[in-house]
Amino acid sequence: MVEFTILLILLSMLLALISAAIGETVYDKILAVNIFGTITVLFIAVYGFVTGRPDFLDIALVYALISFVTTIAVLKFFEYGDMGKSSTDREQDIDI
Amino acid sequence: MIIYFTDIALSLMLILTAMVIAVQRNLLGAVMLSGIYSLLCASLFVCLDAVDVAFTEAAVGGGVATILFLGTLAQTDYEKKSRVGISWSGLFLVIICGSLLVYGLSDIPGFGLADNPVQTYLADVYLVQSQKDIAVPNLVTAVLASYRGYDTLGETTVIFTAGIAVLILLGRGKADSDTVESKES
Repeated sequence: MVEFTILLILLSMLLALISAAIGETVYDKILAVNIFGTITVLFIAVYGFVTGRPDFLDIALVYALISFVTTIAVLKFFEYGDMGKSSTDREQDIDI
Repeated sequence: MIIYFTDIALSLMLILTAMVIAVQRNLLGAVMLSGIYSLLCASLFVCLDAVDVAFTEAAVGGGVATILFLGTLAQTDYEKKSRVGISWSGLFLVIICGSLLVYGLSDIPGFGLADNPVQTYLADVYLVQSQKDIAVPNLVTAVLASYRGYDTLGETTVIFTAGIAVLILLGRGKADSDTVESKES
């Protein structure tokens, strides 16, 4: 049963990869990377149970955090065109 | 059986991702795909039981490197303008290097064999003693964090120093603008 699950996860990894490869806009690719991060979390969680050592669940949690931070950074880049300013700097820019 | 299949499937997807990155014209798309490449690498490292390496790969490759690439692309343009033809000398060099690497692969010991050099040195001591000494379930973590604790502390210090140096170099412009503002006021 767990083996079947990991086959399905590998299949969905391939689908996310294809959607990243043939996606027309950059936003398709960002979405594909985000989905791929989620699938990786699932993969690591399930793989621990396949090998009979579910100690890797903590690592899956850290992966979820990293994937989230990356998506936030990418979207911030697309919103503002840079990532080096704090919110107070931005307010001053608007005043000028 | 399923473990072998997983390894093979992940490796094939790695090759597929590398090919897709190579034909990308939009550099932002290439950065996003290299994030996928890092996540695949990390999954493969977890399959090979190198959890700490997988951790680093996900944090550095998937997280920090993607953000650094994006920061660089913010300073430059991110569409490749002209389509470059095949550089034959470069292709020749790549084929030579690849052949040498494959030739070098023929000399490495088989995966997980009992008489490999890595298994015959200190591994027995670690395997027998680590549960008694440290009681960490993962042996690699026990070796890195406890038996080689000072080594890991030194590495962390080096990385911390490098991070501080980069912050000092990048933070200069902002400090200057602050002093200019205070002079004006």
